[in-house]
Amino acid sequence: MLVNVLNVISQWAIPLLLLLIPLYGFMKKVPVYEKFVEGAEEGFRTAVRIIPFLVGMMVAISVFRASGAMMVFSSLLKPITDMIAAPAEILPLAIMRPLSGSAVLGMATEIMRVHGPDSFIGRLASVMQGTTDTTFFVLTVYFGSIGVYRYRYAVVSGLSADITGFLVSLYLCHRLFG
Amino acid sequence: MLNMIWLLLLVSGILVAAWHGNIEVVTTAALQAARDAVEVCLNLVGIMALWLGIMKIAESGGMVSVLARMLRPLMVRLFPSVPPNHPAMGAIILNLSANMLGLGNAATPFGMKAMQHLQEINPRPNTASEAMCTFLALNTSCITLLPATIIGVRASFNSTNPAEIVGPCILATACAMLVGVTVDYLFRRRNRRRRRQDSAG
Repeated sequence: MLVNVLNVISQWAIPLLLLLIPLYGFMKKVPVYEKFVEGAEEGFRTAVRIIPFLVGMMVAISVFRASGAMMVFSSLLKPITDMIAAPAEILPLAIMRPLSGSAVLGMATEIMRVHGPDSFIGRLASVMQGTTDTTFFVLTVYFGSIGVYRYRYAVVSGLSADITGFLVSLYLCHRLFG
Repeated sequence: MLNMIWLLLLVSGILVAAWHGNIEVVTTAALQAARDAVEVCLNLVGIMALWLGIMKIAESGGMVSVLARMLRPLMVRLFPSVPPNHPAMGAIILNLSANMLGLGNAATPFGMKAMQHLQEINPRPNTASEAMCTFLALNTSCITLLPATIIGVRASFNSTNPAEIVGPCILATACAMLVGVTVDYLFRRRNRRRRRQDSAG
């Protein structure tokens, strides 16, 4: 029931925004098309400005993953995950979660293909996928777009949220589906 | 911090590849990722233009400032360093709302707009301001009411209840957000105390 409501909302959200905002602007006597183009031009420039930042970040992440360094790293962490009863296959996903959204979606899909979406690990992968965001992608793109390269404590607070998301997902899946 | 993480990712990747005797993987991965990064940005160009265009209309009509006024009591607590009427507030609200609705492609443009506004009041342009850090802590741990992509994947593998994960997702994200914002707050308080000691000593 709740999910159906949410589903309808997410289907309607974009069409409604595209309808209501220009209409509202029109009623407030805003030259809607002119303003749209003005804003769109800024958007264009911002998207181009982040290219160097994203190239730097994505190359490093991709080398880390493709070389097998990520698997080495996750085997180093294995004693800790055994302690908190996390399945071994979920660890690469947890490590990649803050780094790359598309990689994690691919990994979660693979887990569900092999183990089924209603297996414990399939559900855990789903919950983790739907939980926190790709912290590093967001930091790279957002700070990159304004030329900030000293992130200070933003990395620590972002990662502490990611770790919390992982631990709570694990706990909830054990309680609900375990 | 970021310099170290970046270097660590690269160096450990190259060393492990060399150890495994397949160093050529590094070349392929690096070049492919560089191409992919540009593709991500190019895909973003149109979407950014669309949403920032729409946002400009909403701003000019006063819609964003109405929204910002409604949420002001909350926003001034979260962002004490930002003037309450600053346009950054409106952009932050739009970004978080889009995140909650799961409109990732609208959230990114609004978020970058918010960062640009925050940069206007940043005393040190190459360093993240306190407000930026708070905003990113909120943003990266923001609740999504409907994680549509993963529900779609689950449905495609014939899950008996593809959407059963929505509840746990919301709860786990709420905890993550709470921790992210708390850590951010503790850092801010520590910095303020340090500054006070510096000026006193």
